[in-house]
Amino acid sequence: MSASQTAKSNRPELICPAGTPAALRAAVDAGADAVYCGLQNATNARNFPGLNFTPEALTQSIAYAHERSTKVLLAVNSFATAPETELWHDAVDIAARENADAVIVADIGVARYAADKHPDLRLHLSVQAGASSPEAIKYYCREFGIARVVLPRILTVTEISAIHDEIPCEIEAFVFGNIGMMAEGRCSLTNYITGKSTNMDGVCSPASAVQYVKNADQSLAANLGGFEIDCFAQGESAGYPTICKGRYLTPARSGTYYAFEEPISLNLSSLLPELVAAGVTALKIEGRQRSRSYVKAVVSSYRAAIDAIMEGLEPDLSTLISLTEGGKETQGAFKSKKWR
Amino acid sequence: MLDQTNSSQSSATRNKTTPLPKLAGLALRPVPLFVVQPVLNRLVRDISSRRPELFERLGPHINTVFAIDVEELPFVLALLPDPQEPRLTAHRRSENIASGASISGPFMTLFAIMDGDEDSDALFFARDVEVGGNTEAAVCLRNALDDLEGSVVDDILEIGGALYTPLKIMLAHLRKSEAAP
Repeated sequence: MSASQTAKSNRPELICPAGTPAALRAAVDAGADAVYCGLQNATNARNFPGLNFTPEALTQSIAYAHERSTKVLLAVNSFATAPETELWHDAVDIAARENADAVIVADIGVARYAADKHPDLRLHLSVQAGASSPEAIKYYCREFGIARVVLPRILTVTEISAIHDEIPCEIEAFVFGNIGMMAEGRCSLTNYITGKSTNMDGVCSPASAVQYVKNADQSLAANLGGFEIDCFAQGESAGYPTICKGRYLTPARSGTYYAFEEPISLNLSSLLPELVAAGVTALKIEGRQRSRSYVKAVVSSYRAAIDAIMEGLEPDLSTLISLTEGGKETQGAFKSKKWR
Repeated sequence: MLDQTNSSQSSATRNKTTPLPKLAGLALRPVPLFVVQPVLNRLVRDISSRRPELFERLGPHINTVFAIDVEELPFVLALLPDPQEPRLTAHRRSENIASGASISGPFMTLFAIMDGDEDSDALFFARDVEVGGNTEAAVCLRNALDDLEGSVVDDILEIGGALYTPLKIMLAHLRKSEAAP
């Protein structure tokens, strides 16, 4: 049995999002084992206005978390672009200086810098790297000493289990939150309209390019960069204003339709026992852009669910539906390859 | 495959359907704006001085005027979160407010957001709150309020002065209503 196989069925860590210090404290207090966050710049994939941490706020937040035995992971998971790579190097240096428990990286240049400059700094491979095969993951482990891989949301639990048996690092899997197009780190839809990159600027559908317009019939149009990407009828649930979840017209169909996928959230509460059995070390909640209220509610629910599972009890996560996008939830590709 | 729509009453829905408590409703009956305005002037100054960190997350939007349209109120609020000269003014709906961003929704929903008790994204998904104009400004304001230790409601309850007494009574009453199952 390999070292990684012995990890199967151990108690998984609960990894929680924080877009602000208040959300980080909420996550810690609600029972997170680790909290991930980012700096106020393009070095992370949630570079949203008014969100994220200054270095000073990070220092205070890490102290708060460590005093309560909770880890803090710094996401430096956008792709460094010349000639501004120093920004990403600085972010890694800040993580090392402030005793972050790990840095989440996607870019091989950033990974190289971190591994060379801070050999004792623990590295996690971001979902943005899109490493979904044992060969790819082993490459990152060999070259950069990656300790944990966050798997793309394109794999079934069975496939995750098989990968687990072949790789020398831990596995982190998303269990709740926003679910987008499944080729993470490769989506350029937002560039197409706004000129801003999810992968390099850290922002999908930048708020500065979003406008909501209420029509005379009380419907709500969502515009991105001057293009209407959806229109919600009065009382109809809305979603994030992203191109991948917009509705469009085509001569081949009557009315609008979701060309890519629907506003919906991932919720793997009923698959938690299988994920644990598959050897997933860490269960990740998405949502650094969400409020501290969301963080508190989701983290508390998942904390209770994980504890229940470890005691052989049935978890209850029925209350989380109100926090999902569009009021809908899915198991995505984790149960089967098709989820539409 | 699990793929279900909302079947249980969400907290968002609960707030949407929660009527304004009777006491608050009485307090919010049409009142002359000159009665409301001194309280708003004092309120925005006191909150600004107690919470300088509120402005840090607003970035350039300290110069944006936010129109806050609470459904049950007989007036619309206009907020200019300028740390040097903050303003919160009441306007009749018939007035044309020159705002950069607007936020609207039922009283109890907006109260819950301000009190850090609800997730505004979920409320937006449920169409309980609406955002207009400059979305970036609205997002910044949401994030600024969300990062406060405690909430603005806590501040108001802590600030002294006879001018706040009716407001304090009302907020305490609203919190009790909010906490009720």
